[in-house]
Amino acid sequence: MDALLLARMQFAANITFHILFPTISIGMGWVLLFFRVRWLSTRHGSDKVAAQGWLDAYRFWTKVFALTFALGVVSGITMSFQFGTNWPGFMQKVGNIAGPLLGYEVLTAFFLEAGFLGVMLFGHGKVSERVHLMATCLVAFGTTLSAFWILALNSWMQTPAGHGIVDGIYHVKSWFDVVFNPSFPYRFTHMVLASGLTCAFLLAGLSAWQLLRGVAQRSAPRVLRVGLTLAGLLIPVQIVVGDMHGLNTLQHQPAKIAAVEGVWQTERGAPLLLFAIPDLETRSNRFQVKVPKLASVILTHEIDGEIKGLNEFRDRHPPPLPLFFAFRAMVGMGLLMLATSWLGWWLYRRASWRAERLPRALLGFFAAMTFSGWIATVSGWYVTEIGRQPFIVYGLIRTADVVSTVPTPAMIGVTLTLYLALYLALIVAYVSVLKYMAEKPEELLEIEELERAATPVGVATSPVLPIRGAAWTS
Amino acid sequence: MTFDATLPVVFMALMGVSMLVYVVSDGYDLGVGMLMHRATDAEKDVMIASIGPFWDANETWLVLGVGILLIAFPQAHGLVLGELYLPVALMLVGLTLRGVAFDFRVKAKDAHKNTWDRLFFAGSTLAAVAQGWMLGRYVSGFGTGWNYPLFAAAIAGALPMAYVLMGATWLIMKTEGELQGRAVEWARMAWAPMVGGLVLISMATPWVSATVRQRWFALPEIIALSAIPLMCGVSLLAVRSLLGTRHVRGPVCWLPFTLLILVFVLGFLGLAYSIYPYVVLDRLTVWQAASSPEALKVILLGACISVPAIAGYTVFSYRVFRGKAAELKYA
Repeated sequence: MDALLLARMQFAANITFHILFPTISIGMGWVLLFFRVRWLSTRHGSDKVAAQGWLDAYRFWTKVFALTFALGVVSGITMSFQFGTNWPGFMQKVGNIAGPLLGYEVLTAFFLEAGFLGVMLFGHGKVSERVHLMATCLVAFGTTLSAFWILALNSWMQTPAGHGIVDGIYHVKSWFDVVFNPSFPYRFTHMVLASGLTCAFLLAGLSAWQLLRGVAQRSAPRVLRVGLTLAGLLIPVQIVVGDMHGLNTLQHQPAKIAAVEGVWQTERGAPLLLFAIPDLETRSNRFQVKVPKLASVILTHEIDGEIKGLNEFRDRHPPPLPLFFAFRAMVGMGLLMLATSWLGWWLYRRASWRAERLPRALLGFFAAMTFSGWIATVSGWYVTEIGRQPFIVYGLIRTADVVSTVPTPAMIGVTLTLYLALYLALIVAYVSVLKYMAEKPEELLEIEELERAATPVGVATSPVLPIRGAAWTS
Repeated sequence: MTFDATLPVVFMALMGVSMLVYVVSDGYDLGVGMLMHRATDAEKDVMIASIGPFWDANETWLVLGVGILLIAFPQAHGLVLGELYLPVALMLVGLTLRGVAFDFRVKAKDAHKNTWDRLFFAGSTLAAVAQGWMLGRYVSGFGTGWNYPLFAAAIAGALPMAYVLMGATWLIMKTEGELQGRAVEWARMAWAPMVGGLVLISMATPWVSATVRQRWFALPEIIALSAIPLMCGVSLLAVRSLLGTRHVRGPVCWLPFTLLILVFVLGFLGLAYSIYPYVVLDRLTVWQAASSPEALKVILLGACISVPAIAGYTVFSYRVFRGKAAELKYA
């Protein structure tokens, strides 16, 4: 294999692994804030079980958040290095644009979340409720801000605007146009909603699993309701935003849409292909199953709307096969999410929010959907990222022109294997630890109490041991 | 110098400071990680708890340092990371293992806890050794010849020792009782190899690099410069003698760690003096490698606002976890 393909595979492996975790933590930060606020507002009330349920939920999901956050951080660090090791030409050409955007992400968002995460996770009893709530709020805000900057850059790479080119080097003419480039508002909204949905199904799925196992009785029914409600509210919005994002893509990146729809020749009244195998060799589709005119209706909102075919963009279009299937995986998952959340919410409401009245099969289905957000999110990113090929900055800079020439294919191959093995192992570990934590939440809380009692002065407040000695300078 | 010409120098300084803060702060984290296998299970939990609230923010300084290299000196970023392709990959694997093992160990089944502890140790060691190798290669300008890899290998051995010493003195400051006593022993053990490595490197650097040789061994600069090794030597001797007294477990428990920070700062100043104005020694100056002044100004504006804020809440976080807020009620 050549160095370009290997470098792309390595980078793809890394960003695929990375996005799994921010997509949870962006939404989870806000969910934790919600749990905390719910606890604060119920703790002095008469319903002690409710208050304890929200606190249990907060504590359990904080641990999930901490683990997720750690995986996001370590894979994000890898990414910041791979920009240089894999695509040195990228920063040399567009460094004046990408640099400040990445710089602002690190300076404003990374430090904000990392700085206050410690207080949020371990600060109970060390700071006031108000300061702790503020820390939680800042962590949630930091993760979202991080998404803002990164998606500004990513969208600029898809629909570049606001720049000028002098001797092959890109310079900024208008920062507003660079950040708020044509696809940014759609992509950012789409991603934030995707994160909310991923979270919602994780909340519902793990809680359903806990209910099946008969653990976390106080928190799981509440969290299940939160998850289903959140999913039910977000999914229709996401479908509308996704449609708008698609129309925006048709306008700015028609080759991507042609690949998604498997359209080779420009046509009016294009059919929607439910299934096909787009073949790059023969430049046609095999085994196609189609619904007449529907693609034109969806994309142009006209029966005889024109969709440009891939043949109009020879040597300038992405490989259709992965796009075709990734897009269908995303949309299919979205529709399944719509059905699951609405039906689930309705049934749960009909059961008067009493989880024990829900059929076990339904809980099992929610549990099976725990990581459905991952599938939809990753498929969506494949559509948008592979769909940008063969360019790294759409229409302007080809990926092949910025790839590193230093490492040999063997070196990239070795490190790729290393990363892949590590990532697979970590995904397995992550999922199995989530499952284990979900099954043993009370036990976990007890362990935590013991840990608190055993921690030294200056690390966490000890409820048991009196603090004494001058272990500290102050 | 015009303002535009000053900008790359400002960013070089900012990058240097980020890297220094990273080496000092994640240095003690990695050091604690490398000492893990010597501790009992109960002590391991305490050791982890002592770095728990900080490691994440500490690692962010590496992202900032590399980020500045990437965004302010894109030419150098490609060159440096291309040269360091394999050690960078190994360091990243190490940092990944360390970072996740940290979180997994308290959440996984008891049966798996030992595995994560071992991975925590392995990840910390791998990252430290890879960083040492990278530092060695970078300081010598990625030279080729038999002596250069040897030099890098020496630093790859010495830097982990420096981290271990940092980690041990951090534990002396942060813990008490039996663990604190062991931390003193660990610090004593790490002291000699660390100092030996430092002396070796100080002698070898001018040997492998003519540029560095000329910088240091010229009159009258050498007189002013001798303050750096002298102060380093005094600080290190003070650390060693402190480790021999029982006061180190009492009111001055913070002193060895603080003195080591001073050593790192001095070492950093010496290094900066050796290298400036190059980003990559003898190959690329800060001005050759820099992004356009327009881009740098935009980033500088952000840095001027956010760096003080970062410093502010870093101090806040360290204060919170200093036990000062201990009287507050337990949530």
